[in-house]
Amino acid sequence: MELTEFIIKTLTILVVFVLTLLIAMYSTWGERKVAGFIQDRMGPNRAGPGGLLQPLADAGKMFFKEDFIPALASKWLFIAGPSLAMLTALLASAVIPFGSTFRYDGVEVVLQGVESNIGILYVFGVVALGVYGIMIGGWASNNKFSLLGAIRAASQNISYEVAMGLSLIAILMMSSSLSLGDIVAQQHGGNWNIFYQPLGFIIFLTCSFAECNRVPFDLPECETELVGGYHTEYGSMKLGFYLFAEYINMFVSSAIISTLYFGGYNYPGMDWVYNQLTAAMGTTTGHNIATLIGTGVFFGKALFFVFFYMWVRWTLPRFRYDQLMNLGWKKLIPLAIINIIITGASVLFLKPFITSLLN
Amino acid sequence: MTLMERAYLPAIATGMAITLKHFFKKKVTIEYPEVKRYLGPVFRGRHILKRDAEGRERCTACGLCAVACPAEAISMVAAEREKGEEGLYREEKYAAVYEVNMLRCIFCGLCEEACPKQAVYLRHDEFIPVFSDRDQVIWGKDLLVEDMNNRYTREAWTKEEARSLDLKRANGEATNVVPRAIP
Repeated sequence: MELTEFIIKTLTILVVFVLTLLIAMYSTWGERKVAGFIQDRMGPNRAGPGGLLQPLADAGKMFFKEDFIPALASKWLFIAGPSLAMLTALLASAVIPFGSTFRYDGVEVVLQGVESNIGILYVFGVVALGVYGIMIGGWASNNKFSLLGAIRAASQNISYEVAMGLSLIAILMMSSSLSLGDIVAQQHGGNWNIFYQPLGFIIFLTCSFAECNRVPFDLPECETELVGGYHTEYGSMKLGFYLFAEYINMFVSSAIISTLYFGGYNYPGMDWVYNQLTAAMGTTTGHNIATLIGTGVFFGKALFFVFFYMWVRWTLPRFRYDQLMNLGWKKLIPLAIINIIITGASVLFLKPFITSLLN
Repeated sequence: MTLMERAYLPAIATGMAITLKHFFKKKVTIEYPEVKRYLGPVFRGRHILKRDAEGRERCTACGLCAVACPAEAISMVAAEREKGEEGLYREEKYAAVYEVNMLRCIFCGLCEEACPKQAVYLRHDEFIPVFSDRDQVIWGKDLLVEDMNNRYTREAWTKEEARSLDLKRANGEATNVVPRAIP
């Protein structure tokens, strides 16, 4: 039993890993398509039908470029930078619940890499590590612009992590659990957190843009001021890893947003669909198909937020650095604290009041 | 700034709505190698040496086109028509060699205007194809003289005529003009 469990877990993690990579890969294609469409262009359409082979062509190009390390760079750290960025980006997807359970031969398999009861803490820990990849890469390049970009990235990530954590506390006060699986299960039946935490959602969303170093907070790679930012000296697949890590981060944070605020794999009318399917196809097949539908819904939500990231990128201009810091420290953090107080008061006073009214 | 402006989010929403509108807009791109745009009846493309209605070459090798050419791209060798060649050449003198250097040609159309015999034209419906070899640069009579099975005519001269031509084409009638890409 121990061995089967091990194999099942390994397989789940592999599937999650491959799916994350695949989605990140096609996000690069999607990004360029969305950019094109928003600017009244066609986007890539030469490699394969609709340009679908473009990511492969890009990867091929990246791999065959000269893998260059500057003479004065710190060699090991220069390699460690992109590796760390990739590693931390990929780690976070392990705890995301992609669906409820899968039944096979009497065994229930949870569609989640690791069922951790501190899932959201784990995500935060890993995301906080992500800044090391950028910082190490920028420092090891031995280039002023790289270092400036890395410093910007570090201070930006640390600043916005505070507001992000604070906005999350409100959610945790409502769910009284750190497990992502529990948080999703509690949102069953249209009980999505977005309806209770609209302010918290906006703060979280803004902070996740900053955490992913995406427009309008992409100051670490601000090419008008810093050449290429922390990856100025990078080329070949090392640069590819940095860019790829950004897309993985985008997908992971989209998945986290849909898990925390949009009910994960829950969708309206879910119980009805479940009952119909189990009545028609039996408790095993029906259950599995219902789970698959839920997983599809989850990916739909996550991919919508990936699209949202791109949509914002091709709409908004970049912030100035002082504006970024003002927004982070003087606006988002106070707002998040107010949100916590309101949520706390509601949980303490409003919730018992409403439940007593209903009963 | 008012509170509404300082909140920043309404402005963001407006901007996002604008970009979303563009997202679903029809794209103006014409995908060139597959779709070619109709460039109008006065476009000056590849050269053609016309034949008359009986299939005889119109050119009489007077050299006026070569003189008119500002880029000195045209050169020719004249020859006298022999007995029995009346079906091939309209005039008593003809161009045995007629060459256009496509690297020199600037497609100004002065040769067209200089020609007293309406022999040389720049097609409005075809480009000079891309070439990469030296021996593809100079075009001789084999490439320039009109093919009687696929004659070159210009049907629409004005915008109105072009529009009626579009109508004709929409009704499925045969025309000689390359279809216009609908952008």
